[in-house]
This record gives sequence, C-alpha cells and structure tokens, in this order.
Amino acid sequence: MTLKVNLITGRTIDQGVTIENKTSSDYQEATAYCELNSKNLEILGKPGSNVRVKTRYGDVVVKLKENNGNPDSIAFIPMGPWANAVVDPDTRGCGMPGFKGIPAEIEVTKDKILLMKELIARYK
Amino acid sequence: MTTEITDALCPFCGCNCDDITVVVDNNRITGVKHACRVGTAKIMGHHRIETPMMRADKKSEFKKVSYDEAIEGAARMLAMSKRPLLYGWASALCEVHKKGILLAEEMGAIIDNTATVCHGPSTLAVHEKGLPSSTLGQIKNRADVVVFWGSNPVHAHPRHMGRYSVFTKGFFQEKGRRGRKVIVVDVRKTETASMADEFVQVQQGSDYLVISAMRAILSGHADVVPDSAGGVQKEQLVKLVDTLKGAKFCGIFFGMGLTQSISRYKNIDNAISLTTELNSFTKCVIMPMRGHYNVAGFGQVCSWETGFATAVDFARGAPYYNPGETAANDLLMRKETDAAMIIAGDAGAHFPADSVRHLAKIPVVQIDPYWNATTEVSNIVIPVAVCGIEVEGTAYRMDGVSLRYRKMIEPTLSTDVEVLERITERVKELRGV
Amino acid sequence: MELLIKNGSVYDPVNGIKGDRTDISIRDGKIVDKVSSSASVIDAGGRVVMAGGVDAHSHIAGAKVNMGRIMRPEDTRLGIKPRTKITRPCTGYTVPNVYAMGYRYAQMGYTTVFEAAQAIMKARHTHEELEEIPIIDKGALTLFGSNWPTMDFVREKNMDKLAAYVAWGLLASRGFGIKCVNPGGGEMWGFGKNVTGLDDVVPNFEVTPREIIVSLMKVNETLKLPHSVHLHCNNLGKPGNYRTTLASMELADQVRARKDRQVLHVTHVTFNCWGGTNWGDFESKADEIANYLNNCDNVTTDMGQLIFGSATTMTADGPVQYANAKLLHAKWANGDVELEDASGVVPIFYAKQVSIHAIMWAMGLELALLTKDPYKVLLTTDHPNGGPFVNYPEVIALLMSNKKRQEEIKTLHALVNDRTKIPGITRELDFNDIAVMTRVGTAKVLGLLDTKGHLGAGSDADLSIYDIIPDQIDPSIEHAKIKSAFSSAAYTIKGGEIVVKDGEITATPAGRTYWVDATVPEEQTEIMMKDIRHKFKNYYSMNLANYAVQDEYVTHPEVIKAGAIPVEVS
Repeated sequence: MTLKVNLITGRTIDQGVTIENKTSSDYQEATAYCELNSKNLEILGKPGSNVRVKTRYGDVVVKLKENNGNPDSIAFIPMGPWANAVVDPDTRGCGMPGFKGIPAEIEVTKDKILLMKELIARYK
Repeated sequence: MTTEITDALCPFCGCNCDDITVVVDNNRITGVKHACRVGTAKIMGHHRIETPMMRADKKSEFKKVSYDEAIEGAARMLAMSKRPLLYGWASALCEVHKKGILLAEEMGAIIDNTATVCHGPSTLAVHEKGLPSSTLGQIKNRADVVVFWGSNPVHAHPRHMGRYSVFTKGFFQEKGRRGRKVIVVDVRKTETASMADEFVQVQQGSDYLVISAMRAILSGHADVVPDSAGGVQKEQLVKLVDTLKGAKFCGIFFGMGLTQSISRYKNIDNAISLTTELNSFTKCVIMPMRGHYNVAGFGQVCSWETGFATAVDFARGAPYYNPGETAANDLLMRKETDAAMIIAGDAGAHFPADSVRHLAKIPVVQIDPYWNATTEVSNIVIPVAVCGIEVEGTAYRMDGVSLRYRKMIEPTLSTDVEVLERITERVKELRGV
Repeated sequence: MELLIKNGSVYDPVNGIKGDRTDISIRDGKIVDKVSSSASVIDAGGRVVMAGGVDAHSHIAGAKVNMGRIMRPEDTRLGIKPRTKITRPCTGYTVPNVYAMGYRYAQMGYTTVFEAAQAIMKARHTHEELEEIPIIDKGALTLFGSNWPTMDFVREKNMDKLAAYVAWGLLASRGFGIKCVNPGGGEMWGFGKNVTGLDDVVPNFEVTPREIIVSLMKVNETLKLPHSVHLHCNNLGKPGNYRTTLASMELADQVRARKDRQVLHVTHVTFNCWGGTNWGDFESKADEIANYLNNCDNVTTDMGQLIFGSATTMTADGPVQYANAKLLHAKWANGDVELEDASGVVPIFYAKQVSIHAIMWAMGLELALLTKDPYKVLLTTDHPNGGPFVNYPEVIALLMSNKKRQEEIKTLHALVNDRTKIPGITRELDFNDIAVMTRVGTAKVLGLLDTKGHLGAGSDADLSIYDIIPDQIDPSIEHAKIKSAFSSAAYTIKGGEIVVKDGEITATPAGRTYWVDATVPEEQTEIMMKDIRHKFKNYYSMNLANYAVQDEYVTHPEVIKAGAIPVEVS
C-alpha cells in the first residue's frame, strides 16, 4: 500500500536537544521518523513500522509515528539528514531549497533505517 | 571546587536567554539552572572531537594529526581552490565571523551562513519592504495580541513564550497570559497551536494567499475575498483581521513555515506589508524567529563589513551578492564550488542530498567541536573550543540586541579565532600575497 | 617621530591665524611649538592647511545604520571598490560599510566624527562598528529623551536621580553626551502615537517634552559634561514646526552653562525650520531661526544640509519615519527599543523638481548664511538623512560661492524663489568661516577644543592640506576647484601619521573612542539604582548584569572626566 502525501520538514525539541550529538542513537531517534495522523497512518500500518519515503529527489527509510496535529495527507519529518535525503534541492533562485511541500509516496518496508554515517556514505 | 556563574548566556537558539546559572566543578559543567531542555543539553555538553584528523580520500578512516598538520593541510586545500566556499558560522561568535570574512577576502572566496536554509528569504523580503520591528521587551511590556505564523516556539524556542511574548508580565501587560490573545497560524496543529486562543489552519503552501486575503479585508475589500482562502474560511479571516486591528500592540513572529514553503521570500514580503498596513490602525511589529543563537550576528557583522548580510562573493576583490547565484546550495548544486570550509554549521545534515553529494566529491575542511554529518564528507577536521561556553564574545539575539557571552570553563582545544588566523596567515603565504 | 608642515596657508581661527604662511610642528602625535632639524618635512607650497575636520552629528555606526545596509543592497552596490594592499573593500553611498566610513572621511580631511544616536541597550552594537571604522577618532551620543527612568525622575522632580542616571547611562553605553530625540515621542510611539508639542503630556509618565528638555539641560550642567544637550526637536518633519524649534531654543534661557559652550545644540535644522501649515503652503523659516541665533548666545545648531539624490533617513524619531514611509510609499524599518526609545529607517530620493526638496535644499544654506556667527551653525548633512557625508565639499562650495548657488537655483523647482530667501542672499563664506563650521566650531560645541579643531601647541596632530592656494583662487568663480580640493585632501594627517596623500589612503591606524565618565556621589547612584534594578527585574528583556558595554568593545578609549563631584585638575 502506498500513501501519497505532501511532505514538510522542520525543527522539533528533541532534534534540538540532540543536534550537537549526531552520531548518537538519540539523534536518530529524534529525527529519523515520519509523522502522519492516525487516519493516514492506519492505511500503512502501525506506529513504529519502518516506511520508505520516496520523492523525485531520493528515498529514505524512517520510522512511522503518529501525530494527530497533522492534517490529512501531510507528512512531517524532523529536519536532518533523513529528511534531507528526499527534499527538493531547487532554490528557485533565492538560495533556499524546498524543505516544505514536497510530493512524496510512503510505503511500509522491511528495510532498516540507515545510521547517519551510512546515510551520508551513500553520497560518496 | 564548585562555583556558580550567574547571568550566563545560553548558546543555543535565537532567544539568547541571559539568566542562566551554570555550576562548574573543576573546569567541568555539572549543572545548569533556568535553561530549557535544548539549552541545558548544549551547555552540559556532548561527545567531542578530541583531536584534529585527516584522510586522503573520503572513504578511508581518519587519522589523528596535530593542529599544525591540519592547519597546513587546510591552508593548502583552500589556497589551491579557485572557487572556495566558507559556510556555516551560526554557532560561532561575531569575533569568529570577522576572521572568516577576512579569510574570504584574502582568497576571493564566497562566504555564506546558515541563514541560507533558515531566514535567508526573510532578508530578501527586508530588501523589498524593510522591517517594522522592535526589541523583545516591547512585546513583553505592550503586546495584547501575539501571532506565531509558521513558527513553533514550544519546540524551537522553548523559553520564548515565557520570557518575552506570552506568559511573561510587562508594564502595560500586568496580567501576563490572561492579558494577551495568542493566535497561531500553521499547517499542523502544533503544541504551540494547542496553547493558542485561536488556531488558523492554512493549507500547506497557501500562506501567501491567506496573507493577501487578510490585506484585502484590512483595506476594506472583503468583497473580493472568496468564501475560503488557502483553506481558511473567510469568516475566520475577517475575525482575525478585526482582532489584529483592535489590538493595542500586536507582535507577529514568523518562522520556517513562511521562509521554506513555496513562495519563499514573497511570503515574508507580504507579511511585512500586512504589518506595515496594520500600523494605520494599531501598533504592529514583526520579527523573524532566528534559529541559532548567533545566526543573526553573522548577518550583522557581514553587513557592516561588506554591506551585504550573507552569500557574499569576493571573487572580484569587492563584495558581490546575489542569493540564488551566490548562496551555498546554488553553488553546490551547480557544482561550482571546488573546495569548502564548513565551520560552526552542519551542511552535511542540513543541505539537500544533491548539495551533500557535491560536498562528498570536493575537498572539505571542517572546523567544529562536534562530530556530525559534515565530518563524514570531510578530508580535514579541526576540532575547536565551544563558543559561548569555553570562549567569550558577542552574539546577536533575534531582535538585534547584542550580548556578550561569558566564558563558563577554560577550553582545552584551540579556538575558532586561533585556527582561522593561522589558516589565513598560511593561505596568504601560499598565495604569495 | 617628528614632522614639520612648512609653508602652508594656515586657517586656524582659534589661534588667530587666517591664511598666514605658518609652519606646523608635530611630535609624537601632538602639535608642538617646534621640532628638531631631523624632522620629516612636508612642503605645503602655500596650500590651505586646516586642523582635521570634526563632525558633531553623523550616523556612522549602530543598529539603524546596519539596518540601512541590510534593507538597501541597492545602496551597497553603489561605490564598490575592491580591496588594496592597504585598504579593505568599500561599498555603499548613503550607508557605506565600516571601512568606507573611515577612508572617505579621511579622504575629505576629516579625523573626528561623532555618531549622533545610540540607545543604551544597543550601544554594544554601536561600539562593535565604531571599533572597525579605521583612522578617525569617534564617539557616540546616548539617547535619554524617552527613557523610562528619565521620565520617572523628571516627574518626581528628582534631579539628583536624573543626574545619576545620565552618568550611569553614559558609562553603560560608553557614550559621549546626552542626545534627546523628539522627547516623550519615543515612548508614545510604543503604542503608535506621538507628542504634538512641548506641552503634551506623555501618558502613564505624566511628563511633558518641555520638562524633559529642561531637566536634561539642568543635569547636563550639573554633571559638567563636555557637550551640551543635543536636541532633535519635537514635530520634526511637520510643516510649521519652526515654532516648536524656536520654543525649544528658548528653553535654554532657563539653564546656565557650566562650561564655555552652548546650553543647547539643536541639530539638523533643515528638518525643523519649516513654515506653512501643509505641503501646499510649505515654506522656509530658516531666517526666523537665524534671527533667533543672531540674538542669543546659548544655542548652537547644525545645518543638516539636503543633497539632491539618494539618501537614507534614519532616526530615533520613530513616528516621523512611519509618516515618511507612508508618504513616500517607501520600505520602512522600525526599531523600537524597550524602555528607551524608538527608531526608523526609510530610503528617500531628493529631487530638484520636487518643490519640498528644493525648498529644503535652501533651508540649510539660508541658516548658515543668515546666521552671522559661523560658530553657531555647524556644517552637516545629518548623514545620511540630508545626504551622505561625502557631499560636504559640495556644501562648502555652495557656501563659498553665490555664483554656484544661483546656477543651482536655476535648475530647481521654481518655488525655491518664492518660499525661501536663498535667491537674494549674496554672502559668501571664506576659508576661515569654513574652518569654523567644520573644525573649531564643532570641536567647541562638543567641548573638545583643548585637543581638537585647532593647530595650537598641545592639540592632537590631526590636520589636512588641501590643493588650494588661497591667493590664487576666487572661490566664488572657481567653485568646482574648491569642491574638488575638499573632496580629496592633498594630505590628511591623523595623530601625526600621514593617512591620506593625494586623496589616496596611505595608512589605516585605529582611531580612538571618546566617552565621558561623569562622577556623582555614590549614595546618589545607589538610590537611583533601586529604580533601575526594579526595571530590569520586571520590564527589561535582559539582565542588568549583561546590559552595560564591556571594555572589550572600546579598545582605544579616550575618557573625558566630568561629574557633579568637583574634580581637581592639577
């Protein structure tokens, strides 16, 4: 089952708490997830399952989380290397890439979440 | 021996809280009082890079080297570059920024800071419309209506509402929270939104439309506004405009919800116009919620030294500025940068994959206290003392108030300033200047 | 280090030298009576020699200047100059970067400049920029006119507390003197309102601008500050405001100077000598102000001369900036500072064919030419409000040449003929008058005549040589040569060091920062501080311990001692 969403990324307090500690599992815990409301989430599976988030710019595996503050079809990933694997790099001529409002597809996966080191190693 | 440092400043977010107490025991921080979770985590400290490191290619492991070797390597790398980028700066003090700009001048480099992925678009909007703003104490003492638009202080600026904008009491706001109407405009119902008196939920990417509708209503043209704009019912917008107009003092705080969504700087341009127009009815100010504690300081220093706030290209010997052309992501995506120095900011974690992919292909020197995603794409890593904790100096709060950070403990590593001075000297020698 | 300037036509009014061929001797950064035969020699060849220029009112550093840069990249893109072996890159016209500030002043022969306004809370920023302005000596005036403690102590009629607050505020801001901008209006702008005259009551504080001005003048004299109160009058920017200006000037009669200088300096008169009741019947009343000055000896002024072209208005007068932005449909920055003052920045373009601008152009000149004593009208453009300081040579040429003025008038909106007196004024100032308006007078108004503005022994060795031989030029006819010579000094010497030669920068030493350390009895400070502590505990958004400017931000201080306690000087 694939869910089509509009992806936004942004800051959270746990992301802030761990930002200077990026090699830690706390940081991964704080940033390598994707939030959906329960209605959207149920289509895919249970909170805690791994999902693959795919956009035309890339794909990344993160953990599914529930947040009922999200309206329908809005997915949220905290800012960081996992989110940035799939955001829109186009700055539209003003220096700022597209960190919010990226069309994405989400599906459940058995693949594991890459460590920060492994994730960045993909770019080498 | 245990000592307490009072009135210390927090080096995390743009609130720059200056009421922190830090407990120090034998040059180690053992306690932090008054700071939020984020600030406490930063001040208490994390695992640090302990020694300079180098590696020939990015797939091999780092080898520990001396500062001399790392600085020599960094200087050679930069001196050989034809289109170097010096990026980061947000978690460093203004004294560091000055050295960075001088290095950029010496090499004809491009210098850009993390505002490029934060409030860079806000600066573009300020070019267009100015910025009717104030210090945070004006909000504290006067504001009876407070708007958070596309910003989520509960997460990103945890003490903002307590110290400056919502819960605090002020001279004309003796009742604190009860005397203020709090409005949150956002795509998601965030924790901040849950605490608001009114939540205006906009459709993602529709802020420009919503602000335009509000401006139409404000100027007496409610008739042209459709029943629903950007996912918000017209009735709610009319009520919202009435609330803003009826305020004694209105403070609008905006965040990445405006700068990073589709219309980018045009959102801010529109929001500033709305603010200006509201001043025909009430007093209204607007302020960007700056992220890192001294991202604003870089903009200040860069402006008084070069005339431009960020994304300055010195290739011509004189400052040239054109974000979209000279901003870090544009350069990396065009694969124009042939060497990069990343300092006090983590491009590896906070740039889109395409940019990081290019960083992974070119020589990179990192100057930072912490191991982060940029370390993973670096050839040379130079650890430094933590600004604002082990190094004293200047930072600018989100409202442009300049503050002097105290040293809490003695550093055991070189400082950014020392490292940059040495690199600059060596680059000058190598370039034969 | 010794230097001898030989054979110059020296204009040093305070020492009675009016163009006489005189040698100037310099040793260790000071002017001395004579030097040894081993001194280096500059042969001035009969050219004009004056003390280094002193500017008492210019916006060169701080929050609003930098806001001007941030909001005006189009201005930064003017005047771009790459770095050289000696100089850092320069940018900007109305809001130059810090390096251009220093270089361009030095290139005009100026060596001392005072920033006209800093809020205490943002003074650290001012000093960060001042520190980076090369070559020139500088200082900054501190805003006191709408500060809550000022208004509280004025209401309580407690001049001891007010004096203690001013002394403490100068220390906290490393400030040089009392600046008072639209007194009371800064507080009212906090809620989008303004005062309309000297007798409006500021809500919640129950004081009037009149009371604020008089009280600040009183404590200024109690503290024997080198400079007087420096006033930006109420109602600035409104037609008919000359009445408020005259009424403000009259307040000086209530206070006696404790130093040899004015009691009140009324600044940038171009913006507050306006007659008429609206933009339609707008006219100059500069003659009325000049007339007042001709009959008083306790008030000085500066021109705030308008320069056609681009300018950036910036002032602590927040409401006037909002009005400007609205009138001009221009971009608008506002920068209120809690408990202290307001501020705003708005770009403007002064056009010759706009009647208001043409009339304003005349006002500064009328003021300078109708006031008999040049000591009472300093040469400024209120940089960058009337125009950038690099245009001072244009102003000098206008003052020295009626021919130039008449040529200019022909290019302006015709109303300049009907609404100002400028067409009929034939007076032409001479080099001596110019030396007063740009050197001696400014130094005297600032209270720095001991070491600045003249060439007597003991003075700082700041001087300029201009490529003009006085007896070979008729400034009235050859005004273009005058302008060109004053734009590009043949030599500028700062503290005995040659910093400019043939208009080019040759050295960039760091200048000093002047500030005033005024003492008051300790118990007086302690009583006052109870109020201050209360304000920090409850109303400021920062802690008292982090408020004052630290020594790190003033690395080359020049501290002037003053105070209510008699200080014995041996």
